[in-house]
Amino acid sequence: MNKFWMMLVHTYGTKLKTKSFIVTTIILVAAIFLMANINKIISYFDGHEVKHIAVLDESNGVIFAPLKTSLAAVDKDIKLEKSGDDETALKKQVSEGKLDGYLVLSLDERHLPKAVYRSESSDSNTADRLKNALQTVKGQMVAGKLQLTSDKLALLNSPVSFEKVPLDRKAQSKEQQGAASALVYVLLIAIYMSVLMYANMIATEVAVEKSSRVMEILISSVSPIKQMFAKILGVGLLGLTQIIIAIAAGVLALQTNSEVLSFIKHFHISSMAASTIGYAIVFFLLGYFLYATLAALLGSLVSRVEDIQQMVLPMTFLVVIGFMVSMYGMNQPDAAFVTVASYIPFFTPMIMFMRYGLLGIPTWEVLVGIAIMIVSIIILAVMGARIYRGGVLMYGTSSSLKNIKTAFLLTKKEPTSERKKNIPF
Amino acid sequence: MSLKLENVTKRFGSLTAVNQLSLEIPSNEIFGFLGANGAGKTTTFRMILGLLDLSNGSILWDGRPINYETSPYIGYLPEERGLYPKLKVKDQVVYLARLRGMDKQNAEKELKKWLDRFQVPQYEMKKVEELSKGNQQKIQFITAVLHKPKLLILDEPFSGLDPVNVELLKEAVLDLKNSGTTIVFSSHRMEHVEELCEHVCIMQKGSPVLSGSLREIKRSFGKKNISIAADFSLDYLKEFPGVLKWKKTSEGALLQVETEEAGQPILESLIGKGFVRKFSIDEPSLNDIFIEKVGLSYE
Repeated sequence: MNKFWMMLVHTYGTKLKTKSFIVTTIILVAAIFLMANINKIISYFDGHEVKHIAVLDESNGVIFAPLKTSLAAVDKDIKLEKSGDDETALKKQVSEGKLDGYLVLSLDERHLPKAVYRSESSDSNTADRLKNALQTVKGQMVAGKLQLTSDKLALLNSPVSFEKVPLDRKAQSKEQQGAASALVYVLLIAIYMSVLMYANMIATEVAVEKSSRVMEILISSVSPIKQMFAKILGVGLLGLTQIIIAIAAGVLALQTNSEVLSFIKHFHISSMAASTIGYAIVFFLLGYFLYATLAALLGSLVSRVEDIQQMVLPMTFLVVIGFMVSMYGMNQPDAAFVTVASYIPFFTPMIMFMRYGLLGIPTWEVLVGIAIMIVSIIILAVMGARIYRGGVLMYGTSSSLKNIKTAFLLTKKEPTSERKKNIPF
Repeated sequence: MSLKLENVTKRFGSLTAVNQLSLEIPSNEIFGFLGANGAGKTTTFRMILGLLDLSNGSILWDGRPINYETSPYIGYLPEERGLYPKLKVKDQVVYLARLRGMDKQNAEKELKKWLDRFQVPQYEMKKVEELSKGNQQKIQFITAVLHKPKLLILDEPFSGLDPVNVELLKEAVLDLKNSGTTIVFSSHRMEHVEELCEHVCIMQKGSPVLSGSLREIKRSFGKKNISIAADFSLDYLKEFPGVLKWKKTSEGALLQVETEEAGQPILESLIGKGFVRKFSIDEPSLNDIFIEKVGLSYE
């Protein structure tokens, strides 16, 4: 096994065994199971409870019977019971918890139903359901007065047909667009989260090696560029492991919950163009490499692990800005500044993919974006390797981006810098 | 397989950390590097290891430049602890040895041997951060020598160790030398250098002030020490011809004289004054030479 693989496996293996990785993975899996069963959880907390509601019918039974029928058709959790008691007695029963509430039904001057619902809590959910049922009853009563048949009533209530068809979205069906925008969301969040998590992990890893000075031994056995990429790939594999665990957990969780599964099928993942999925993977990987290289470079500049947060702050800002612009762009993908931002390498993976997914921009634009990213990664890697080599030998007042210059000059054959700070001995 | 430094110069901006250093370190020998903090020892080591590029000059080992191909033959013990604090001793020593081209089984076997030798076999599965400073240094030393390097660079190997452990490590260094390793080591403890090295180089502000074989250096220094233990006052020797320095000791006095010959009149002057328990003419210690040459005191 060559040294590069040894370092890669070492990075992956040691990180995999850390408590923080195990804990975050468990939290992630737990969160996925919770999300996938959210409908069950909600219904567990409210659904099983049957509401007992007393009804004071002041309309001589004209409303009660149809209301009960109409409610029973949609809702089995609300039990209406006609009561002979007066309001004072009912109020008492509600406050004692024997009843969830009571409903006073009457007819107004136009002989249409009218109701007052009183309950202990401001339970708008139950009130809304009662209101809807009463609305149906009112409709039937009005229809009866106007002598409308039930067919005609249904016709009146049916929703209008309204469809929007954007003309500039080429070759993408409605299903594909829906799927694409769902995928854009997923990718945006995936890039955002993984940059924050894994890039920080790389920066910290480098800083730990540097502050513990094990770097001096490492760098005399393995070249800095190999070290850097072994670390980037090692942490990348770790991230991939976590993502695979998350996906597996998601699939497993959905298997047990057909309701959410059918909801997700609305997105028509299968109808998505293969190219969209392909670009999603490409942009995700490029985004990861770009930020990971930057993180390794920044990590090599600090002397103490405590300074790492301060050092990676500019990188975090870049991710946050990219994320915000693309979130804005989701509503207005053709805005000029969104287009411009999509060519800035640190924003490209999020914004260019968002534009591709939502606008179906021509392939050359996407390819230009990919090319810009590859070039940026190469530039960062070459610069990074030099800064890494110089940076790891620099100790002292750190946390300033000026260190980049010093680190850069440290690896030069004939430095011309006048700086005396951070000179290693 | 000697290590040859020729006109080695390192500049950081306007500061010259190492200036025109030329040395030949013979193979199968322990070479001592002396100097204060900031004299350029660590910078020189980093250049030998290829961590820093040279501004000028060349460094050749066995006639070849040192690079990643030669790394399996080189061992390095950095001045400060260079270990992963959170990793177990076994995991990291084996990992670092594998990066130097050793295979896993062999590394594990050798590690056991060394841990036994240093009387710390119980630390194999402990995390480094749980060990004391002295024990961490032992692990650091094992890391430097596990892959049986031909060139071993030790930057302050004995710092932070108690006398018992210093002896343990010294013995190990001598054994390595006898088994054919070329060792370069730095220290500001003169007695360690004096005990172990045949050749030394004293650095000051980046330049070598003295370099060569220890015996030669001492001989050419010329001056001798005379220690006297007597019951009467030796104050009169302060003004005695040929005496350069005079220091009162608990038993009598310690003198530095210009030449060996100056000893004879001093001895004669003592006769008849009282009881003399001791009179000896000694070689100057490296510490004396160092203070004389560099004009600074260390420790």
